[in-house]
Amino acid sequence: MTGRVLLIEDEQNIAEAIRFLLSRDGFEVEVQRDGVAGLQAARAAPPGLVILDLMLPGLSGIEILTALRADPRTERLPVMMLTAKGQGRDREAAEAAGVSVFMSKPFANAEMRAQVRALMGM
Amino acid sequence: MPFNLLVLFCLLYVIALFLVAWLVERRASRGVMGFLRSPLVYTLSLSIYCTAWTFYGAVGYAARSGIEFLTIYLGPTLVFVGWWWLLRKLVRIGRQQRVTSIADLLSSRYGKSNLLGVLVTVIAVVASTPYIALQLQSVTLSFAVFASETPSGWALPDRNATAIWVAGGLALFTILFGTRKLDAKEQHHGIVMAIAVEAVVKLVALLAVGAFVVWGLAEGPLAVIEKISAVDSPGWQVQPGRWAGLIFIAAAAVISLPRMFQVLVVENVEESHLARASWAFPLYLCLMSLFILPIAVIGMERYPQANPDMLVLTLPLSEGQGALAMLVFLGGFSSATSMVIVETIALATMLSNHLLMPLWLRFKPGALTGDLRRGVLLARRFSIIGVLALGLAYFRLSGGSAALAAIGLIAFAGMAQALPVLLGGIFWRGATKTGAVAGLVTGFAVWAYTLFLPSFGQGAVIPAHVFAGGAFGLPWLRPQGLFGTQGMDPLVHSIFWSLVLNTAAFCAGSIFSFPDPVERVQGAAFVNAFDGEVQAERLGWSQGQAEPEALLILAQRILGEEALSFFEAGARAQGKDGYLPDITPAFLADLERRLAGSVGAATAHAMISQLFGQATVTVEDLMAVATEAAQIMEYSTRLEQNQEELTRTARQLREANEKLTQLSVQKDAFLGQISHELRTPMTSIRAFSEILSEGDLPPQMVADYGHILHDEAVRLTRLLDDLLDLSVLENGTVQLNLGLSHLGRMLDRAEAAASQTRPERAFRIEREGVEEIFLHTDADRLVQVFINLISNARKYCDAEAAVLKIRLRQKGGRVIADFIDNGSGIAKEAQGLIFEKFARLTDQRRAGGAGLGLAICREIMANLGGSIGYLPGQKGAAFRVTLPLRLEAAKG
Repeated sequence: MTGRVLLIEDEQNIAEAIRFLLSRDGFEVEVQRDGVAGLQAARAAPPGLVILDLMLPGLSGIEILTALRADPRTERLPVMMLTAKGQGRDREAAEAAGVSVFMSKPFANAEMRAQVRALMGM
Repeated sequence: MPFNLLVLFCLLYVIALFLVAWLVERRASRGVMGFLRSPLVYTLSLSIYCTAWTFYGAVGYAARSGIEFLTIYLGPTLVFVGWWWLLRKLVRIGRQQRVTSIADLLSSRYGKSNLLGVLVTVIAVVASTPYIALQLQSVTLSFAVFASETPSGWALPDRNATAIWVAGGLALFTILFGTRKLDAKEQHHGIVMAIAVEAVVKLVALLAVGAFVVWGLAEGPLAVIEKISAVDSPGWQVQPGRWAGLIFIAAAAVISLPRMFQVLVVENVEESHLARASWAFPLYLCLMSLFILPIAVIGMERYPQANPDMLVLTLPLSEGQGALAMLVFLGGFSSATSMVIVETIALATMLSNHLLMPLWLRFKPGALTGDLRRGVLLARRFSIIGVLALGLAYFRLSGGSAALAAIGLIAFAGMAQALPVLLGGIFWRGATKTGAVAGLVTGFAVWAYTLFLPSFGQGAVIPAHVFAGGAFGLPWLRPQGLFGTQGMDPLVHSIFWSLVLNTAAFCAGSIFSFPDPVERVQGAAFVNAFDGEVQAERLGWSQGQAEPEALLILAQRILGEEALSFFEAGARAQGKDGYLPDITPAFLADLERRLAGSVGAATAHAMISQLFGQATVTVEDLMAVATEAAQIMEYSTRLEQNQEELTRTARQLREANEKLTQLSVQKDAFLGQISHELRTPMTSIRAFSEILSEGDLPPQMVADYGHILHDEAVRLTRLLDDLLDLSVLENGTVQLNLGLSHLGRMLDRAEAAASQTRPERAFRIEREGVEEIFLHTDADRLVQVFINLISNARKYCDAEAAVLKIRLRQKGGRVIADFIDNGSGIAKEAQGLIFEKFARLTDQRRAGGAGLGLAICREIMANLGGSIGYLPGQKGAAFRVTLPLRLEAAKG
């Protein structure tokens, strides 16, 4: 298990905030802004954790999650999903697709960091 | 010859007739028609035209007026020879419509009008009563003649008593054979046969007297003719007017007299018999009239003092020919009785059908439910007695004084009033009930005023001064000089005026009134009688007696399983085994009621009637069936309409529901999108504000993160502004500031404002076309649209050296502005989407907006009375803005 986090988020400012917070906590953060590129990155080198935005250009968060769970190499990968839509339906869909943690935007930095640490087994 | 012997002969003769009638009735009831179905019997039965009046009176007529008596025979001869097609049509209609009398025919033709039936009945009774009295008189007179001329010298006890006995006997005979059973066709085979026998008797008697006169008293035919030529009586002058009038009313009488109609139409068993009768009946009349003149001339020569009306009888009596006299007596007796019997039956049918039964049913409404036959027969019998009583009363009141011929002619003229209505009814579809009533009433009134009432004598009914000066002192209303006509024979005068006014009223009434539906249907059925028959035959309507099986099948069709148990119950009630009961009236009534519950009363009645064959399906039945069917159809149409309405409502509800669901989904999606658009900048703001609040950051990062906070706050504000703007524009509550603006200058403003978007980009704008246009519009809103389009191009145009071409032109009252860039354009499938809210095709970072820009543009253009659309087929992204040169304030 590595301390590497793959962040797939198209909103530049949010990605920067998460990157800053997790880097400060000692994680290695790779940011991808596009769904397709994000999935490729996850497959090429499975990270310790994937943080997924729900609405992404290219592939949606759910689609990436489903693809990851279908792949034996990544099926047990912890995945945290973030969304600004905040509707119950999205949470259910994400849980059905096998999400590890579901978080709404905006989030408290401390909570997000705690969840990441928990998922990374720290 | 002793009186008792005479009475005995009469009785024997009557008993013989009685036997004939009875035997024939019995054969007929067993279905054996045999010789009854011979045209000879039909022809002979027509001879009731020759009543006692013709038997005795013709000689008197000839003695007084010479050859004029022939007119009475010429009329019918002309009808039978020349108008056989009219008779054929009458007979055909009579059979088709099951006509029972002339009153029935007319009432049936004019829309089953009971009023008309009553009217004709009244006319017939009034016109016939003197005629019946005449027969009684002639029989009584013949008895008297026998009494006075008999050497043994017995005197007739009392003329009135004789008349009463004769009338009573006739009533008995008529009741016995005229009302034995109730037949829908009103045919009386026994009586017809008796009449045929009597016809032979009177012809033989008259021929015998004639032969006796010509070869016994005179020296052969030549001598007789010589004598006839030698007569020089003033009455013997031929009067053309009278001839024409008399021939005409005799012709009318042979059709319209109740008894003639009875034997001609009602008693007709086969239409083909008419063919034989058309020459045989005139032949009979010819034979009847053959010896009239010789008897008159020789009789007058030998017995100038004798009553000429009784010459036929007095001649053989005076010459001592007892047997011949007896034969003549029986001939006269036959003529009188046959006429009275048939006339009485005809009148009784009319009276009971058109007067008594309707009255009875009106005052006893419940009577319909029971068996009507007894009531009908009772009404017939009372009518017969009533008619004879009337005749007797007239005989006693008039004192038997008037000449026989005169009374006969009055009756003829009276019944002739029915002729225009009758002929019109069967040849003119336009004839209406109103016309018929008007014609009949007019004709009857004129006849009564000009002929019938005056016949009682001047001053008897109509005061003498009216004869001289006219009614109400109006000279043109004199009974025998209407409208100032002078010197006309009273009979011809009456015939002329009554029939002319009758016909005029009939035609006028028909033209100026509209027939009701039943009248129209009946009119067509009568006028087109010959077409109708063909159709009916083609339809194969059977009129036979219904078999129980046929009834059961009919009932099963309507009642289903229930029918069988109903029939079984009916059979059990009659004490029969099995499931087929006897078809009794009670059972039929039950069945009809049961069927009526399913198919309606009229239909049930029509079905039963047709199967049972008791009566044909009448037009009224059919109308009632049609009404029922129409009601059922109306009901089902209403149901269908309700059903349709329900379906329509359900569909509308479903559509509304779908729309609501759709709206709800749209609203959820919209709220989700707004939530997303709000939460995204909020996320950045919260995250960075927490980071910044923690401190320990290098100053450069504080500055960068502070910048991000600012950008996101701006973005949030803009989003809120856009949402509010869109809401106002969509609701139509936007306030437009209308004014004149220069198009070129507005574009300048937009360019300047849009230059803030990605200012780092190499971007060029090329404007072409007329810019010197003053638009009357809301300049700020229009500029907003332009800014949107220009900054979109700045944001999204993916060309290396971005160029936006703005082409302006004016077309009619509208201005068209195209914005075309040199990028790769918008994918075809996305072109319809770009104007929707939150439609953003590229990633958010580049856009920097919430995706509401084009949606706002579309709403603005709609508010400005113009439009914005994607312009396909250009190289890059292309938008076309169209707007009116002048937007009126009202529109805004």
